[in-house]
Amino acid sequence: MLDAGRRKLVEVRDLKMYFPIYSGLLRRHTGDVKAVDGVSFDIFEGETLGLVGESGCGKSTVGRALLRLYELTGGSVVIDGDDVAKLSPEALRQKRPTMQMVFQDPQASLNPRMTLAGIIGEPLDEHTSLTAPEKLARIYQLMDQVGLNRNFANRYPHEFSGGQRQRIGIARALALNPKFIVCDEPIAALDVSIQAQVVNLLEELQDRLGLTYLFISHDLSMVRHIADRVAVMYLGQIAELSPRDELYAQPLHPYAIALLSAVPEPDPSREGARQRIILQGDVPSPANPPKGCNFSTRCPQVQAICHRLQPDLIEVAPLRFVACHFVQPQQAQPAGSTGGTEATEPTQQGVNA
Amino acid sequence: MALSPLNQRRWRNFKANRRALWSLWLFALLFGLSLFAEVLANDKPLLVRYRGDFYTPFTTFYPETTFGGDFRTEAGYRDPEVQCLIVAAGNPACWDDPEAVKAEAEGGTVAGEPVQTGWILWPPIPYSYNTINDIGVAAPSPPDAQHLLGTDDTARDVLARVIYGFRLSVAFALIVTFFTSVIGIAAGAVQGYFGGLVDLLFQRVIELWGSTPSLYIIIIVGAIWQMNFWLLVGLMVLFGWTSLIGVVRAEFLRARNFEYVRAARALGVSNIVIMFRHVLPNAMVATLTFLPFIITGTIGSLAALDFLGFGLPSSSPSLGELTQQAKQNLQAPWLAFTAFFTFAIMLSLLVFIFEGVRDAFDPRKTFR
Repeated sequence: MLDAGRRKLVEVRDLKMYFPIYSGLLRRHTGDVKAVDGVSFDIFEGETLGLVGESGCGKSTVGRALLRLYELTGGSVVIDGDDVAKLSPEALRQKRPTMQMVFQDPQASLNPRMTLAGIIGEPLDEHTSLTAPEKLARIYQLMDQVGLNRNFANRYPHEFSGGQRQRIGIARALALNPKFIVCDEPIAALDVSIQAQVVNLLEELQDRLGLTYLFISHDLSMVRHIADRVAVMYLGQIAELSPRDELYAQPLHPYAIALLSAVPEPDPSREGARQRIILQGDVPSPANPPKGCNFSTRCPQVQAICHRLQPDLIEVAPLRFVACHFVQPQQAQPAGSTGGTEATEPTQQGVNA
Repeated sequence: MALSPLNQRRWRNFKANRRALWSLWLFALLFGLSLFAEVLANDKPLLVRYRGDFYTPFTTFYPETTFGGDFRTEAGYRDPEVQCLIVAAGNPACWDDPEAVKAEAEGGTVAGEPVQTGWILWPPIPYSYNTINDIGVAAPSPPDAQHLLGTDDTARDVLARVIYGFRLSVAFALIVTFFTSVIGIAAGAVQGYFGGLVDLLFQRVIELWGSTPSLYIIIIVGAIWQMNFWLLVGLMVLFGWTSLIGVVRAEFLRARNFEYVRAARALGVSNIVIMFRHVLPNAMVATLTFLPFIITGTIGSLAALDFLGFGLPSSSPSLGELTQQAKQNLQAPWLAFTAFFTFAIMLSLLVFIFEGVRDAFDPRKTFR
C-alpha cells in the first residue's frame, strides 16, 4: 500500500500550538495550554491519514493549524511545496484552494442565512471569475458529485438532514479542486446509519479525484475502515504512527494498546476474550503536562526514566513510529512484553517543561 | 423586491402585532404628511392666478413688481394690498382701499371697468412656522378659528410650528441614528472581529471618549458658531456613535468563532467579506433591538437641548422650545398641552412600532 517513492504532499515538522493563559489583574501571560506540542508527520499523496485520540488531545487543533486557521506557535507545515505557516496573507489566500476542510458539525459550519447554492458557490466567488451560468453549472456538478438533488439549490441549511448538510460541507470543500482535505470529525455529529454513507462518499471521491485526507476522528472503527495509516495522539503529542493493519493487529505504544482495547469486537464469541485495559486517573491538563513522557502519569508500564525524559517518536519497524522508551527498533515488541529492559537514552528532542 | 422567507416570516410576525401595525401606519401617515409641511402650512400661496398666468409662490421667488407693486423684494402675500393687486390684475386703486377694490374685483370690475380677475390658493394653514401673525391681542393667544392651537409668545401659529417641529424632530432622530449606527456598527465589528489588542485599545479610547462631557462641548461650539441643524447632527453623532459598540462588539466576539465563520476563513474569504456576509446579519437582530432607544433618546436630547436653549436657534420650529414657552407662560395652557401630546403621541407610536419590530426579529418568539 505504501511505497517509499510516493510524494509527500504534507510534511509537518515539530508543530506547536500553544494557547496563552492570562491571569491576574494585569492580565499577565502566566502560562500556555499546550494543545499541540511538537507533532511531526507526513502525509503521502493520495493516502488517508487517520488521527485518533480522546477528547481534548489536540487532534482538531492539529487539523486547524494545518490550514492555518490558527497562527502557529512553532514548527512548519509544508503543503504541496509551500510552508503554510510562513505564507503572507495574500499568498495564503492563493494557497487556500489546494487545502480545504470538512467540519465536524454540519449544522454549525453552514451559514443559516445562505442558500445551498450560495454556500457552495462562495469559494467560487472568492477564487474564480466564473460567469453566473458557469458558476451555476459548477455548483450543479458539485451537487451531483456528492449526491444532492439539483432542485435543492435554493434551499436553506435548516431544510436538510444531518447527512445532507455534511454533503453540502463536502461539496463546498471540493469546489476549488483541492488536493488535500482535512476532515475534522466529519461523522461525529451524524447518526450511525448516515456515517457509513458519508464515509463511503469520502472514499469514492478520493478514488475519483485523487484526494489526500487527514481524517480526524475518535471513532476507531471508522478510522480502521477509511485510513491507510493511523496516528494516535495523546495530550498534544503523537504516541504512535503506524500503518492501519499493523496498528490494529499489534499496537506498540502502551497508550495505543489501551485505546485499541476499547474497540468492541463484533464477533460475540471473541468479545468475551477481549481484555480491556482501563487506564487509571485522568488526562493531565495540557496547561501543565507532566515532566518526561506525557503518558507517564497513567502508563501501566511506567518506569523511573519515564518521569525524567521525554521519548522521541522513532521508527521502530518499517513505517512504524512509536514514542516510548521501551519500544526500540531492535525489539519491535509491544511495550508490555519488554519488561524493564534498560533502553538506550534517546536524543533529546526538546524537553518542554 | 422579493423578501427572503426569513423576512417574510418577520413581516408576518410584525403584522400579527396589531398595535405595532396600526402605530406604523399612523406614524407613516403623520410623518408622510409632515414631509409636505410646506404645502400644509405656509404663509405663501400654493398657486396664484394673475392676469391669466399661473404662479407658484411657495416654491419660487416673485418680486412684488411681478404683481404690479413697487418693491423688488418678495411679494408679501399676506398684505391686503398685494392680495388686492393679484385679484384686481394690478389695478393701482388697490393702494387706496384694498379691501373694497378686492371685493369689487372678485365681481369682475374695478370702478366700472372690467378686469381680468385673479385668485390665490392658500394652504390649509396659511401660516408658516416663523410667520409672526397680527392677532390683535396679547401673545400668546388662545386657540380660535384662525389658529387652531393658538399662538405662542411671539404670535406664531402653534399648529404650524408643531407640524414643522415634528418633521424636524423625526428627521433629526433618523439622521443621527443612521450615522451613529453605521459608525457604531463598523467600530464594534472591527473590535469584536479582530479582538485582542485592537479590542483592548479601542475600548480604552471609547471609555475616554464616552466620558467627555458632550453637553459642554455643544454649549461651547454653540457659543462659537451659530448652531444649525447639520452642526447639531454632527455633534450628536460625534458623541453618540459609541452607544451601539457594546452590543455589536459582543455579537462579533461571539460569532467570530462560529464554525461557519471558520469555514469561510478556511475558504480564503477576506475578513471584510466575512464580516459583512457571515457575521453582520447575525449581529443585526441584537443591534436592531437597540435602535428604538437611540431614536427616542435622540428626540429627547434634541428637545432637552432646545428646552435649555442650547439647541437650534429659537426661530427654528422646535418642540423643545415650545415646551420652554409653555413653562414660561403657565397662563397659556394650550402650549403645554400641545407640547405634551405631541411628544407623547410621537414617542408612543415609535415605541409601539419598535416593540413590534423587536418581537418580529426575535427568533425564539412564536406567534399565532
